[in-house]
Amino acid sequence: MVQLVINGKKIDVGAERDMPLLWLLRDELGLTGTKFGCGQALCGACTIHLNGVAVRSCQTTVGDADGATITTIEGLAEDGMHPLQVAWRALNVPQCGYCQSGQIMQAAALLKETPNPTDDQINQVMSGNICRCGTYPRIRAAIKDAAKNMKGPGKGASL
Amino acid sequence: MKQDRTVFPQIVNISRRSFVKGAAAGSLVLAAGFSVKVAHAEKPPEFAGEGMPNGLRDDPKIFLAIDEDGSVTFTCHRADMGQGIRTGLAIIVADELEADWDRIRVAQAEGDEVRFGNQDTDGSRSTRHHFATMRRIGASARTMLETAAAAQWGVPVAEVKAVNHEVLHEKSGRKIGYGALAKAASNLPAPPTESVKLKAPADFRYIGKGKTGLVDGFDITTGRAQYGIDTRLADMLYAVVARTPVFGGSVKSFDAAETLKIPGVVKVVAIEGTPAPSEFMPVAGVAVVAKNTWAAIKGREALKIEWESGPNASYSSDSYRKTLEAAARKPGQVVRSQGDVDAALKKAAKRIEAEYYTPHLAQAPMEPPAAVVRIKDGKCEAWSCVQSPQAARDRLAKRLAIAPENVKVNVTLLGGGFGRKSKPDFVVEAGLVSQAMNGVPIKLTWTREDDIQQSYYHTVSAERLEAGLDASGKAVAWLHRSAAPTLGSTFVAGMKTALPLELGMGLVNNPFEIADARFENPEAEAHTRIGWFRSVSNIPRAFAIQSFVAELAAAAGRDPKDYLLELIGPARKIDPYTIGDKWNHGEDPALYPFDTGRLRAVIEKAASEIGWGRSLPKGRGLGIAGHYSFVTYVAVAVEVEVSGNGNLAIPRVDIAVDCGPQVNPDRIKAQMEGSVIMGQSLAVLSEISFKNGAVEQANFDGYEVARIDGAPAEIRVHLVGGQDWNQPLGGVGEPGVPPVAPAICNAIFAATGKRIRSLPIKDQLRA
Repeated sequence: MVQLVINGKKIDVGAERDMPLLWLLRDELGLTGTKFGCGQALCGACTIHLNGVAVRSCQTTVGDADGATITTIEGLAEDGMHPLQVAWRALNVPQCGYCQSGQIMQAAALLKETPNPTDDQINQVMSGNICRCGTYPRIRAAIKDAAKNMKGPGKGASL
Repeated sequence: MKQDRTVFPQIVNISRRSFVKGAAAGSLVLAAGFSVKVAHAEKPPEFAGEGMPNGLRDDPKIFLAIDEDGSVTFTCHRADMGQGIRTGLAIIVADELEADWDRIRVAQAEGDEVRFGNQDTDGSRSTRHHFATMRRIGASARTMLETAAAAQWGVPVAEVKAVNHEVLHEKSGRKIGYGALAKAASNLPAPPTESVKLKAPADFRYIGKGKTGLVDGFDITTGRAQYGIDTRLADMLYAVVARTPVFGGSVKSFDAAETLKIPGVVKVVAIEGTPAPSEFMPVAGVAVVAKNTWAAIKGREALKIEWESGPNASYSSDSYRKTLEAAARKPGQVVRSQGDVDAALKKAAKRIEAEYYTPHLAQAPMEPPAAVVRIKDGKCEAWSCVQSPQAARDRLAKRLAIAPENVKVNVTLLGGGFGRKSKPDFVVEAGLVSQAMNGVPIKLTWTREDDIQQSYYHTVSAERLEAGLDASGKAVAWLHRSAAPTLGSTFVAGMKTALPLELGMGLVNNPFEIADARFENPEAEAHTRIGWFRSVSNIPRAFAIQSFVAELAAAAGRDPKDYLLELIGPARKIDPYTIGDKWNHGEDPALYPFDTGRLRAVIEKAASEIGWGRSLPKGRGLGIAGHYSFVTYVAVAVEVEVSGNGNLAIPRVDIAVDCGPQVNPDRIKAQMEGSVIMGQSLAVLSEISFKNGAVEQANFDGYEVARIDGAPAEIRVHLVGGQDWNQPLGGVGEPGVPPVAPAICNAIFAATGKRIRSLPIKDQLRA
């Protein structure tokens, strides 16, 4: 039995240890906000936070995660008002929206490490996340807007 | 289109999507009873939405419900794959309804074209075909609310007016909200289409304003949005399929012993292939059913299958390219001819010829094809990310031998479509597996490998162009041969020449002012499933033509933008029928001529915005291309930087679009931004190639698409043409794509002197 804390909730997991977290989240726990895109860590659609670090859940197994604290898009902010989510909506970033959970989770990890990222830093950290609709220009803009808003008093968001 | 307006007087509860908060249980709706009787004119309608299968509906009782609490539910019958149509159509209805945008909810229609009219979401048609009907729907419901209020107050209806979710009687100062009027209004007949008074455009509140966010924005950014792959039903099992690697192949034998040992695997089910033309039906395969997707994937890996490869086992892209190019070097079926191009070429001071190649592409939507199907009590119900739910319903009914009235297809959000999800083969697969499992709900997921290796591919194309220039460098003869497997081969076995719609995507409808010109379509045989890919045949045509124009300009020592404008000639309206385009995107040529003035205007706009003609440092260059498709005019100007070791960067793109009046300018901009990125992907990175009948790429490592670090540093979208609501609307989802690749390649030529004639560029710039 593997123990995990997912979005603040302690759970005991009976799934096969070699099952990627992606399928645990989606198929067993019904947390479908984390998306399947490639299964090979090539697209970033399945990005979650494992102990605060952005990882591809399609390549992280249940066994690897034993004892870990996991945050998915559903748990990023209870009210959906993380500065990135707010910025994403203000700029109408999504098109089809499918990759956006992964984009936002990756961006949240970026801002935690680099509160004021340059274009190059954004490009570097976000380059593992594919958006086939081509929302990249708005993703860059939204990350910068969120970074600005997170600097304001009382607006700091925790991961 | 006229409709019988008989109204059933019952009040019906509409089941609401679970995320619609605050809707009171058992609340009343405006009305939901309806009947549809399409009055056929003497001649069936030929054009626009009326000309589509099952036509249009404009009855508010089909599309609108108003609760007693005043919340409005609009049922969107077009699929949203990222173009934002759920927001776009809601904007139109809400505006004419004089509704408060914050009280609009959008539900998604199931596949039922008898009820909703045409639902096939492709061809960049949704807004242009449904703008008028959505306006009438909103205006009609507004009229019903006004009529109900006037009756309640006993005043003439002319004295009342709907304003922002209330009806006002100015004389007495009385007002009443839409919720309080819903029940009374629901008992009124919808006014006849002809009598509905539409708003004056000056009074538009949302249309053309860009004041509204995305109706699905909150759900998407919080992970709540439901795509086909996210559907969950009680007792659902999960399936993946091993499919024949070669199109047309079959399963000779298989051994599932190892598969069945894997924990979680429940059963293995053979799927019989479909004889050619397989159309939207599945190819041969073996499905693994399991308790979760992971077990199904592992089970599939453990299958031992012996395939019979069938007739396409020798399909290899290397040799097929030579076949196509050879075809393009010989005369083919003449699809348009004017003057005497052979004589003009002989006479020309200079003859230039060039061949352009574009490979197969996979649409690769980020959500791979996926569907949930269950069969219960003889009824089949599907949930899926389909562009054409009616097509899914028809094919399920046919293949499962269930009457269509017992098949229901629910449409989820689509995690991208790009043409892939207009083919519901994956829904039929889920249906077949469910049927083999006694109807248990099955979620069938395509892995990315399936998606890359089993798609309906964008066609591979060889375009050969030859021009004669006179002594001044002007093009006086033009010969264009386009050889490519046709979409038609997916529907008619052995078809080798282009459909009218393919000819009308930039081949015959070439607007250049050249007296001696001929357009030919040599035969090409298909060896895989050919399908729509965003902007379809416009991709190879725009790439070839717009590159060739720049090549001619270089040969003539002229500026490529000036040369392009000169070829297009003066502003004029060309009847597409007179240049061999009998398709015209399904639109009336009288309403939608090819307006060269509009093409010129977008080219000039893109050029001026990028600062055409400015001097640039070594290794940098500007390129431009303009293309007309989906009755919309687009030009793209690109600045590139090519480093000494051949690295390509795109600092800047200016894209100018004239799509007629703009309902939701923000989404038009978003579609153009996305088109630039998708155009960049296919120009620089993406290629599907075959070897011995099978696709060589498998995932996003072999089949590369643009990532943020390679995306243009800046994309600026310019909306051209203004908001003249008397003008017809153009398409938006697709027309941005075609000019991107040639603009990039023309910029590369300006920067380096190297001419790219084969896509993708990949490492062609490396020394």
